[in-house]
Amino acid sequence: MIAWRSTWSIYKRELVRFLRTAFQSVLAPVLTTSLYFIVFGAAIGGRMPDLSGVGYGSFIIPGLLMLTLLGETTSNSSFGIYMPRFTGTIYELLSAPVGVAETLIGFVGAAATKSLILAAIILVTARLLVDYSIAHPLLAVVYIMLVAAAFSLFGFILGIWADNFEKLGIIPMLFLTPLTFLGGTFYSIDMLPEPWDKIALFNPIVYLVSGLRWTFYGSADVNFGLSLGITLCFLAVCVAIIAYIFKTGWRLRA
Amino acid sequence: MSEPILELRGLTKIYPGGLKALDHVDLEIRKGEIFALLGPNGAGKTTLIGAVCGLVRPTGGTIHAFGQDIASHWRDARRRIGLVPQELSTDMFEPVIRAVSYSRGLFGLAPDKGRIEEILRSLSLWEKRNDRIMTLSGGMKRRVLIAKALAHEPDLLFLDEPTAGVDVELRKGMWAIIGQMRARGVTVILTTHYIEEAEEMADRVGIINKGRLITVDDKSAMMAKLGRTEAHIALAVPMSEIPPAIASFPVELENGGMSLRYRGGDGTGKGKAEVAELTKALTRAGIDYTGIDTRESSLEEIFVSLLDHEEAAA
Ligand SMILES: Nc1ncnc2c1ncn2[C@@H]1O[C@H](COP(=O)(O)OP(=O)(O)OP(=O)(O)O)[C@@H](O)[C@H]1O
Ligand SMILES: [Mg+2]
Repeated sequence: MIAWRSTWSIYKRELVRFLRTAFQSVLAPVLTTSLYFIVFGAAIGGRMPDLSGVGYGSFIIPGLLMLTLLGETTSNSSFGIYMPRFTGTIYELLSAPVGVAETLIGFVGAAATKSLILAAIILVTARLLVDYSIAHPLLAVVYIMLVAAAFSLFGFILGIWADNFEKLGIIPMLFLTPLTFLGGTFYSIDMLPEPWDKIALFNPIVYLVSGLRWTFYGSADVNFGLSLGITLCFLAVCVAIIAYIFKTGWRLRA
Repeated sequence: MSEPILELRGLTKIYPGGLKALDHVDLEIRKGEIFALLGPNGAGKTTLIGAVCGLVRPTGGTIHAFGQDIASHWRDARRRIGLVPQELSTDMFEPVIRAVSYSRGLFGLAPDKGRIEEILRSLSLWEKRNDRIMTLSGGMKRRVLIAKALAHEPDLLFLDEPTAGVDVELRKGMWAIIGQMRARGVTVILTTHYIEEAEEMADRVGIINKGRLITVDDKSAMMAKLGRTEAHIALAVPMSEIPPAIASFPVELENGGMSLRYRGGDGTGKGKAEVAELTKALTRAGIDYTGIDTRESSLEEIFVSLLDHEEAAA
């Protein structure tokens, strides 16, 4: 049984915290994404051939959205749980009658909500710079929500695992950003020479970018079902890890 | 006697690294009482509280709260337990009233503006309700933490060093607040380094050292059992040894024979009577004295002597 009132309290408080710093939280990613659009979409994109039947500027939108979404969601969520641990305010959560369900829905739900707001703002910004339309808008929203939820969970694990600020930043910097860059944000993987096009398929981000691109333009590097399946698997693995963390109290309870 | 509100049996905590912070602690807390847990730094007070409140996973033993094992009934137990931590840790950017309302919601209670106002007023925080917590003084911050702990109307409240770093006046204020809680029927367990605090507030006192609960008793019984009267009698003429006339009293020479020290009694006033007997005996024996200084030992001295005793036994 889930204590909804507790869950709602956590969710609301996290969102209020986000709104308190809304300007920074939104401005930085929007600015970076816009720069990418200007450089890759408008400047370089003009000299690029169409990819999978869409102009280069439009082609990179799902990838850029994914790039920002993964980075921001992970860092939002990891900070959300790391800071209370760091400052000691987590005592209240640990002494409250809430379990893994309330904590997850509250924290991760809030992190995912922030990501959705961010995604919406980025898409609107992109629309000002590049002309594009979305083939499967409903699926796109669902898919963005799934990815946001999955990476909020991932960030949550990161925030519990990290015992200093360096560790908090190192996973996104060392793995997430490079894998996203190599994951087909700026190119279609069949543009890669042998054997890199095969090796690229071991990069899980390829499936995420490709999945989102499919919802936008109806064509992509890999089958949408596969993308969806991998996203769901990742989500399930994260939930299992977090359930285990709560069961053992690892890094939470002394 | 009614069922204890909290019952610890063989509670043990060994931290990773091997430090035994709690060593088979048995303790029963009665409903409605104020219990003071006394002990030096690192004795295990915070660990004990943490074990009950879900911050520390016990290595062994059981904890029953409100008659139920908290290992399986943790939700029910936590709903009724409040905690004011030792460290001042709360989101400093939040306004007071929002922080307190959040605590109420987190513990699953419906919003109740009237109740929150009542709590803030009782802690003299109502005027500050819209201020960010970081703009408050240390004593006010601690009261915010108390307000947060009271927001869900707990039946059992833990106060981990509520008056650490708080000035004398505020400390008195804190005692008054604890008095109000008692009046409302809340059971309070507090830890402190200030013996006078335990002496002033508590119904019962437990003394903990190195993870072991050395003794638990009613405050007055403990004073009676371990209390001592100490008297210093300044002699008109120095002595080199105790004269036979007063050899039956627990006396010793001090200051190179300049004065007599009496240590005896039991904390119920028996010592004072005996000192009176002693002075009469001195007069009868023709020993003149120039002054008498009599003192009842405080809990502090009891505490220190208990710890010394422990060290000696170890
Ligand atoms: N998370 C932890 N990991 C390892 N050891 C710990 C941890 N927390 C406390 N300890 C150790 O356990 C012992 C008891 O600590 P505890 O905080 O319970 O003492 P205390 O009685 O509250 O002391 P104080 O009066 O200083 O607050 C100490 O030796 C402390 O170093
Ligand atoms: Mg302590």
